[in-house]
Amino acid sequence: MSDNILLQMKNIHKRFPGVYALQGVDFKLRAGEIHALMGENGAGKSTLIKVLTGVYTKDEGEISIEGSPVAIHSPQAAQNVGISTVYQEITLCPNLSVAENMFIGRTAGLGQNWKKMNSDAEKILQSLDIPAKATQQLSSCSIAVQQMVAIARAVDMDCKVLILDEPTSSLDESEVAKLFKLMRDLKGRGVGIIFVTHFLDQVYEVCDRITVMRDGQLVGEYVIEDLPRVQLVSKMLGKEFNDMDDISGEYQTYERKADEKPVFEAKGLASESGIKPFDFHIDKGEVNGFTGLLGSGRSECVRAIFGADKVTGGSVKMNGKDVKIRKPLDAMRHGIAYLPEDRKVDGIVGDLSVRDNLILAAQVLKGFLKPFSKAEANKFADEYIKLLSIKTASADTPIKSLSGGNQQKVIVARWLLTHPEYLILDEPTRGIDVGTKTDIQKLVLKLASEGMSVTFISSELDEMLRTCSRLVVMRDLNVVGELTGQDMNQSKVMSTIAGGEKQNAESK
Amino acid sequence: MQNQNKSGVSVFLGRLVRSQYFIPLTALLLLAVFNLIADPAFFKITVTTNSAGNRVLAGTPITILDYGSELAILAIGMTLVTAAAKGQDISVGAAVAIAGSFILRMLSGGNANAATLQMPIICAFLLGCIVAMLFGAFNGVLVAFFKIQPMIATLILYTAGRSIAAWFNNNELPIIKDASFSYIGGFIPGIPIPTPFFIMVICVVIITLVLKFTNLRLYAQAVGINENSARLNGLNPAAIKILSFVILGLCVAVVGLIKVSRVSSINYSVIAKDIEMDAILAVALGGNSLSGGKFNMATSIMGAYIIQFLTQTLYKYKVPSEALPAYKAVVVIVLVIMSAPTVREFFSSRMKKVKVKEVA
Repeated sequence: MSDNILLQMKNIHKRFPGVYALQGVDFKLRAGEIHALMGENGAGKSTLIKVLTGVYTKDEGEISIEGSPVAIHSPQAAQNVGISTVYQEITLCPNLSVAENMFIGRTAGLGQNWKKMNSDAEKILQSLDIPAKATQQLSSCSIAVQQMVAIARAVDMDCKVLILDEPTSSLDESEVAKLFKLMRDLKGRGVGIIFVTHFLDQVYEVCDRITVMRDGQLVGEYVIEDLPRVQLVSKMLGKEFNDMDDISGEYQTYERKADEKPVFEAKGLASESGIKPFDFHIDKGEVNGFTGLLGSGRSECVRAIFGADKVTGGSVKMNGKDVKIRKPLDAMRHGIAYLPEDRKVDGIVGDLSVRDNLILAAQVLKGFLKPFSKAEANKFADEYIKLLSIKTASADTPIKSLSGGNQQKVIVARWLLTHPEYLILDEPTRGIDVGTKTDIQKLVLKLASEGMSVTFISSELDEMLRTCSRLVVMRDLNVVGELTGQDMNQSKVMSTIAGGEKQNAESK
Repeated sequence: MQNQNKSGVSVFLGRLVRSQYFIPLTALLLLAVFNLIADPAFFKITVTTNSAGNRVLAGTPITILDYGSELAILAIGMTLVTAAAKGQDISVGAAVAIAGSFILRMLSGGNANAATLQMPIICAFLLGCIVAMLFGAFNGVLVAFFKIQPMIATLILYTAGRSIAAWFNNNELPIIKDASFSYIGGFIPGIPIPTPFFIMVICVVIITLVLKFTNLRLYAQAVGINENSARLNGLNPAAIKILSFVILGLCVAVVGLIKVSRVSSINYSVIAKDIEMDAILAVALGGNSLSGGKFNMATSIMGAYIIQFLTQTLYKYKVPSEALPAYKAVVVIVLVIMSAPTVREFFSSRMKKVKVKEVA
């Protein structure tokens, strides 16, 4: 690996209204290396990529390519200086041929020599060893091949810097292997590749260097051999490896009777989302959680429990009895409630009032022919607005005009109104203010002390350690460990998340 | 004191402008004022004796009431489809032909010149309802399960519907001779107001009760606004979309009955021609977003009568029926532009500026 710097970004700043997204970030990419850009959600990875590709304009800082400074004001400009990007979602046209996709928008003038285009495309495909024909329709190729065609298109445009933004998230293992082979080929040709991914194993398989970001700041740049997985995880999460934080025991725990069956028990549960079959149970009055990095499958697990994704296998028992949960309504009828991870997309019904949003789930449970009377609905709305101190002008206000934290409280209230036996909260504290975060955590512990079972997921390990009494650890769509009692500390969690190293690999 | 009054008025005006009744009321007012100035005789209602020998009301307002009622009934179904499926059904005209033709087939028993009714009108109508609801369900399945855009999915029936209608009667034109059949689209002896108006009232009462005693409104809106969220709250978005199309099918059957009753026969290529556009326009004129979500049934029904008012005004000024769509297109353009987000933003920022000035 040579040390000739291909791309240098120096002291990049980017501010959005209310958010300081990039604070003096430096980034270096050498020719012929694969460089991983790592960080949790909101660390500033994608902002940095967007500054580099001209989607955003930087507020401060310099970018230079091969030593000469460049100004990148548009995606077109980025391409002109040799920066190409392949995004997670395929941005090609599936109804065109492979060759057409590779050359679209690159012809000068009106004429087009189709024969030459096809033969050129064929040459590139062959040289990169991509199993596709130039005249084949793109949609007939597998997703991996489509991804490769996108890369081929980028490479052919004389790119020096290739950015791969989560290219592997929709690929299976053999497809990933093919993609990695292509990446290594390109590396051999001197292309510098920036690889953004959430999969740790893949980083260690293919990358040469890692740059870690957190909270809009650069944590550091490391040669892969010098950064063991555990270190990487702790750098991403921003916790010192041995930073022992006691779990506060100030909350009463629910006294379980000895013969009580678990409230919910799953064996070999699997769903369409690609999650590997997993076992899971939760007792009455227990608070547990799924932890792992983003994309590790923690949300997919709870979605499978609730029937939000199509369940493809496994058996489920509730209170010792076999039940079938095929769709969300089944889960709701069995007393399961689920607050989804993405509040805007899956949670709120934006144009409807706070009241309608609040009663929605309970109303669906009650039935199509039995609407709540106006008085009942108002009573529920007033009760929960007061109980959770939801800040809203009135119960008639459309929920979309509330702040994020208050929207989230309405969704929590929606599920509390169904009086669930088992409450699943997926990232209830994301993107909301600190006060509300604490409110929600306290609420979780209070509910549990009253006998409700709660599964709590959060990107912030602190929150999970504070609220949960048991943690299920996930990595790359697999359950890789379970931690309780003494093991519930940051270092243990992090080493389990990182895995790969025998001494810490699996606990219990 | 005066200042306070002024702000009170501006608050009221602001509320009115934002209210969903604003667009239909403004349109109604404009049409009424225009006709009053141009020719007050437009509003004249007379008592005449019709061909059946009944004393009935006549005049343009009565015609609006008569034909607007058909449109209002369709607007009920179209509003629900728009809310839940986030698109419109353009096959209602063709579906009206199907329902009407089927009802005639049942009444005539396949003999185009049958002297007597082959089955009670109510039975023929109920069977017609089932047929129209099945066709509605067909549209609904295309939209809900195959995720085809409503306008494109209903294009199939739009194209094929009138042929299917003709096929029901072997392309003959059955004539119903029983006088009682003509009461439905005309007048019931002794009652001077056109029967379609009463049918509309019945339909409105039914849908009001349905919206009050079921969760149709909440479910349709939830599905139209956020399908993901609706599903995670235990709703079945596909079923609700299909239900909305089936209800529209029921409305279509009612209008089909009125239409064939008016002439006691059918003309496959002309019956309910372009009525889908008027029904969609009624929904839009009612201030409902054509991209789904929240809806207001009352304003849609108002919208239907206003469209008929407009049509009647254009007829009055001798606009040939072929040229009507061009004039209505102007209304569509104004409506669409008024409801475009950029225009709304522009006006709301203007309103704010005005308010700031007032405060200053």
